[in-house]
Amino acid sequence: MENTSKAMIKARNVNVYYDDNHAIKNVDLDISSGTVTALIGPSGCGKSTFLRCINRMNDSIPSCRITGSITLDGQDIYDKTIDVVQLRARVGMVFQKPNPFPKSIYDNVAYGPRIHGFARNSAELDEIVFTSLQKSGLWDEVKDRLDTSGTALSGGQQQRLCIARTIAVNPEVILMDEPCSALDPIATAIIEELIEELRSRFAIVIVTHSMQQAARVSQKTAFFYLGEILEFGDTSEIFTNPKVEKTKDYITGRYG
Amino acid sequence: MLISSAAYFIGRRKALQSVQGDVRQLHSLPGHYGWFSAMTSLLPGMIIILAWIIFGPVIIDNMTLASLAGLEGGEKIQSLSDFDRAIYLNDIHNLAVGDATSRPVTESLTFAAQYYQRAQQDIFWIFSLSAVAISALAATLGIRKISPTMRSRNILERLILSGLALCSLLAVLTTVGIVSSLIFETLRFLDHVSLADFLLGLKWSPQTALRADQVGSSGAFGVIPLFAGTLLITFIALVFAVPVGLLSAIYMTEFASRGARAVFKPLLELLAGIPTVVYGFFAALVVAPFIRTSGDFLGLEIASESALAAGLVMGVMIIPLMSSLSDDVISAVPQSLRDASYGLGATKTETILNVIIPSALPGIVSAFLLAASRAIGETMIVVMAAGMAANLTANPLEAVTTVTVQIVALLTGDQEFNSAKTLSAFALGLALFTITLILNFIALKVVRKYQEQYD
Ligand SMILES: Nc1ncnc2c1ncn2[C@@H]1O[C@H](COP(=O)(O)OP(=O)(O)OP(=O)(O)O)[C@@H](O)[C@H]1O
Ligand SMILES: [Mg+2]
Repeated sequence: MENTSKAMIKARNVNVYYDDNHAIKNVDLDISSGTVTALIGPSGCGKSTFLRCINRMNDSIPSCRITGSITLDGQDIYDKTIDVVQLRARVGMVFQKPNPFPKSIYDNVAYGPRIHGFARNSAELDEIVFTSLQKSGLWDEVKDRLDTSGTALSGGQQQRLCIARTIAVNPEVILMDEPCSALDPIATAIIEELIEELRSRFAIVIVTHSMQQAARVSQKTAFFYLGEILEFGDTSEIFTNPKVEKTKDYITGRYG
Repeated sequence: MLISSAAYFIGRRKALQSVQGDVRQLHSLPGHYGWFSAMTSLLPGMIIILAWIIFGPVIIDNMTLASLAGLEGGEKIQSLSDFDRAIYLNDIHNLAVGDATSRPVTESLTFAAQYYQRAQQDIFWIFSLSAVAISALAATLGIRKISPTMRSRNILERLILSGLALCSLLAVLTTVGIVSSLIFETLRFLDHVSLADFLLGLKWSPQTALRADQVGSSGAFGVIPLFAGTLLITFIALVFAVPVGLLSAIYMTEFASRGARAVFKPLLELLAGIPTVVYGFFAALVVAPFIRTSGDFLGLEIASESALAAGLVMGVMIIPLMSSLSDDVISAVPQSLRDASYGLGATKTETILNVIIPSALPGIVSAFLLAASRAIGETMIVVMAAGMAANLTANPLEAVTTVTVQIVALLTGDQEFNSAKTLSAFALGLALFTITLILNFIALKVVRKYQEQYD
């Protein structure tokens, strides 16, 4: 672990409410650059909710209320002076449900680079689209039909399209909400390779229900239970020697 | 009615009794048996009442006329033409209720009126009594048939089904009736004026001569100026209403806080509830003079009735339609698409322009088409604000007239039913109907295609 000490995102005492539903309770979490942090826990425990707090996607849910602080490079992201648009360009997100735009595959991937003006000409844009699709393992499947609609792809292809769309913006932090839930083992392996590659430059947070995947790709693991983090530490530590009984039950499959 | 509700309870009780109150042994719920008996009594009764409403007057009239045949001068009535007999009958009716008659009251007329009154009462009683009797009979028959194994639930389901089918049939038949009468009258109109003259003629002045030897007796029935006027006003209305409606819908869905939405939305919908007559005099008394004075100020010659005034007010009228339809389609764009766009660091404007509007576009187009067909069919505003002159012009400052206005003009006042002038109203109606039908059809098609997109 080269630079785990340098925490990039610090969440302190975060609480999230949906109206009266207290979804996240007093969560503290450090996310470091160069690290993959896995969030695991039973369904409905608040993993997605917490993930969405990190790039303020919860802003668009009227009933959602957040207290506590989350800082990115020492800056409070909920501060009034923060430009949400810039924040989201730095902190990209792959959603739990694939949500391609009803546009062509090419336009889906090119969307981010276009609005941020990354490409000076169409050749550069082509290049970005190509590498993004290549890295997400979709290029070979779609290279002949880049102009067909993204919504006409299969569920797993859509998921990879959304990953390609996110990495095309070149964010510093990537939040992935179950990015492999609809993928076959081969596509999953490609995404895990991609995560490993991205890790060298970025911070990655991944929500997953696959314990093997968490063990394979992550260096840190946080176990969420009913809105709280019951245990947070090195992945190797948590999977071999969990300190909390609930964690042990969960990762050995006895939860429920 | 009373009998039916009584039948309901009796049938229900009998069903229960037949199984000693053990509901599980019944094939259907007790209520179903009750409904079954009620229906068996209600339906025959209803049929009789219906028959009375339809045939009663005819029977009475014939009886009255027949009774006159015995009187002196009776044969004369038999020999009258259909038309004169109808007038004679009308006089009898009038006298019976004490109204003025069109001829001197003769003895036979008084006699007939009295006879008519009596017959009316008699027949009424015969029919109501027989209705009651038949209902009761049917109810007893129905109730007797009740047994635990009877599938009253299924019978009831079938009855309800046929009731529903009947209602939809009624709606369809009405439409078919209206359309076919339009077509029929249009064909009669085309006897007077050729189709080419009608569709391609550039002049509209539907005066037909009262006497055949009058000068200029043949009117001109060229429909083009009317449709040009319609299109001009519709165009002005849409140019005004579509951007305003669309932008306000975008504001409502994407920007307005919940509080603002709660205030603005009902207000906009209130605009949709204003009767068009009110819009009309608003157009004629406020907007048109205003345009005229500001035109004077700019040195423009503006008629007191102008297409511009009518178009603008019509625009105001269709804003709520446009905005609430667009509001619906924009809200139907899944939140996940907005999230995707925001998640990539797009601003609100970028998201609206690049994601929301393209996704909602088919719906917006169909909202546009519906608004257009509403504008084309609108009458009141144009009557009051745009005038009656059938000018063929593209100048929005002149008075123009529209198809709907001309239909009103053609049919108000005393008209000879067979004249080309009156018949042309049907032809105009058919043309208008075809156009709005096509627009609605396209709009529906587009909406359907749009709905498939998110499946
Ligand atoms: N948009 C919302 N509005 C109201 N409540 C919500 C909303 N989203 C989530 N919740 C609530 O917040 C809690 C946590 O949900 P969240 O989606 O974060 O769970 P999760 O851990 O991601 O579950 P899963 O593994 O099934 O995805 C749940 O009780 C859920 O009902
Ligand atoms: Mg989730």
